[in-house]
Formats: sequence, structure tokens, C-alpha cells
Amino acid sequence: MLLLETIGMAGAGIGAGLAAIGAALGVGRIGGSALESIARQPEAADNIRTNMIIMAAFVEGVALLGVLTCMLIVFK
Amino acid sequence: MQRITNIVVSSLLAISLLVFNGSSAVYAQEASIAAEKVDSTSAMEAEPTSEAGAEKTGKFNPSDIIKHHVGDAHNWEFFKLGDKEVGFNLPCIIYGPNGISIFSFGKIAEGESFDGYSVDHHTHKIVREDGATFYDISITKNVLSLLISAFLLIFIFLTIAKKYKSNPNTAPTGFQNALEPIILFVQDEIAKPMLGKKYMKFLPYLLTVFFFIWINNMLGLIPGGANLTGNTACTAVLAGITFLLIMFSSNKHYWRHIFAMPGVPIPVLIILTPVEILGIFIKPFALMLRLFANILSGHMIILTVVSLIFIFAEMNVGLGWGTAVFSMVFGVFMFCIELLVGFVQAYIFTILSALFIGEAVHEGHHEEAHH
Repeated sequence: MLLLETIGMAGAGIGAGLAAIGAALGVGRIGGSALESIARQPEAADNIRTNMIIMAAFVEGVALLGVLTCMLIVFK
Repeated sequence: MQRITNIVVSSLLAISLLVFNGSSAVYAQEASIAAEKVDSTSAMEAEPTSEAGAEKTGKFNPSDIIKHHVGDAHNWEFFKLGDKEVGFNLPCIIYGPNGISIFSFGKIAEGESFDGYSVDHHTHKIVREDGATFYDISITKNVLSLLISAFLLIFIFLTIAKKYKSNPNTAPTGFQNALEPIILFVQDEIAKPMLGKKYMKFLPYLLTVFFFIWINNMLGLIPGGANLTGNTACTAVLAGITFLLIMFSSNKHYWRHIFAMPGVPIPVLIILTPVEILGIFIKPFALMLRLFANILSGHMIILTVVSLIFIFAEMNVGLGWGTAVFSMVFGVFMFCIELLVGFVQAYIFTILSALFIGEAVHEGHHEEAHH
């Protein structure tokens, strides 16, 4: 039982790490393309920044779903 | 009128939170009573694992401490001096089979029972000795923090509103100076772009939710503060109110776009419509989850980093001091990030609420009619 529980915990840890990688990749892409487009057209910087934050919130929301699952594993 | 809406929305939040706290306690109650019966049979199995957990870290159990700090409680503990807790007990208001019982939590904190209610040792929740269902609508730490922040908000905004009313068209003075750019920011960057011409109807709600989330995030960061926005009860109510606003202010265009998005062929529509219907519920759910997970994880990181000191100190005192230096620096850094995250999460919640409400009240482009 202890071994299975430990494997479960390890799985939760790996899952949280993978979720973090996913979030970082997603938000990194969003930030990169936002910076590129601001560089191309500085007048639209405000517009782009607003949209970038909204998109980042959506992507992070999905990653946090993963983190929530891992937290549920650890605390149950 | 807008002030009244402000007050109404904040008191709605307060009441809903009390109810949510109570109902979640009830469900946890029945679950733990059922679990106790299972517990006694599997007590033999449960003991080795919990002992192993305690032995891994000796006397210092970080998960307990972290759970205690970010969770809700019936007493508000500021800090511990040695073995003595500095804090105060909060009133328990329980509606049970024999009417409403109101008593201080101190009466049952040590393990005695009062009026048939006592504290379960394992789950630290209030149980009833004869197992009857009861509704726990106590003033817990989170509810008290909610009331404090609500009164703080009402006081600040009523004062500023009075100043605007008594001195119209003059330069702002005092605290007005600090809040006016933020209010204008919410109006110009969040309400007007997302809601278009109808932004005035929803601006009070957006302002309330923005400042409520921001101030509660900040209050939660104070050591000895309550973790209100990192609690699913609070964020669920906030997302629920956004959901109700979307439902009650939606128009025909919104529903047409959900059930039969114009300009889309039928085979795609078969897949698209269920996804859109699910989306109606998933979007507020994601709002709740985003705020809750961001704030909770921020608090837990700081607590974990500080617990690291004590974990390492148990192995070796010198290692403990070294970790203390690193942890303090990293802790301060994390606190700064948490200040930023508190503002950004309030901004994101508000702008996404505005976006969803804007989708619901959007008049549509009428492209099909112009052929």
C-alpha cells in the first residue's frame, strides 16, 4: 500500500511538472508572437497587449486544471 | 444608484459565501461520518502510512502546517508564541435539529462537546454526536475576512463617491487621487472595449469584482491573514454571479450563435453546438478555477519555501541557517510576484467577465440581411 501511495504521489509530482512545462510553452509562444507583432507595428501595442493577456489567461487556466488534478491526488 | 448596486452586489457576495461555506461543511460532514465507519475497519492499514508520513519529517509536518495556513478555520490564529496560540475564537452558528445554536468555538475547541456538537479529531470539522444533519453557517476565518474586506470597500468607495458628489468638476484630492486612475483604467480598458455602448450597466459589477478580488488577494498575503480568494467557495460564488449576469443579459443573437452559429455547414454544426453548450458552463468554471489555483498556489509556494528551512534545520542546524538565507530571499521575491499576481488575476477575472458579458449583449453584425 505504501509503495502504491508513493507511486501515486510521484505521479502527481510529475503531472504538475508537465503542466508547468505546458503552461510555459503556451505562454511563451503567446508572448513571443505578441512581442514580434508589437515590433512590427508599435502603434497597436495596447491592443496587442490586451489580447495577449486574455490569451495567456486561457492557456494558464488549462494548465491550472492539470495542477488541480495533481493537488487532488496529493490531498486525497 | 450605482452605489446601491455596489452595496447590493457586495452583500449578495457576503450572503452567498456564508451559504456556500455552510453547504460545503454539510457535505463534508456527511462524507466524514460515512468515512468514519470505513475508517474503523481500515484503521490498521491507515496507521502505518500516517506514522510513516510523520516520521519522514519528525515533529515538523509541513503539509499539516500548510493546510492549516491556507484553509478555513473556526478560530483566527495570528501566530504562535512557543506553544501558545495568539488569536481568537470565532462564533459557531449552527442550525440543527434543535434550532439555532450560537456559541464560541472555544467551547468545543479542546475536544469537549457543547449542545451535541464537537470537533472531530481527524478531519477537524464540527460533527454532531447523534449524526443528524445540520447546517453550519458559522462565522469562520474566511467569512470574517470577507466581511472586513466588504466593509473596507464600502467605506472607501462611499467616501470617494461623497467627495465626487460634493465637489463636482474639481481636481481630485487625497485618496481620490489614488483610486481615480484605477477606476478609469477599469472603465476605459476593460468595460468600454468589451461592452461597447452598454458599458454603464455593467460597470458597477466590474468595478466591484475587480476591487473585491484585488483587495482580498492583498489581505491574504499579510502574514496571519485569511486566504479568501484561494478558496473555491469564494471564487465559485464570484464566477456564479458572472454566470447569472451572462444568462440574464443575453439576447437572441447570443443564443443563435450558440445553437446555430450562422455561416457554418451542418456537419460542423453537429460538433460545434454541443461544444458551445458545454462552453456556457466551462467558461465561468474556468474563471473560478483560474483565480483559485493562482492565489492558492502562490500562498503554498511561499509557505513551502519557509517550511523548507525547518525541514532542513531538523537534519542539520548549519544547513538550516543556510536554507534560511536562501528561503528568505526567495520568499521576498515570491511575495513581490504574489503582489503582481494579485493585481493580474483581478484584472483577468474582470476582463474575462466583461468579455463574456459583452458576447452576451453583442448586437450582431447583420451581415446576412444585407445581401
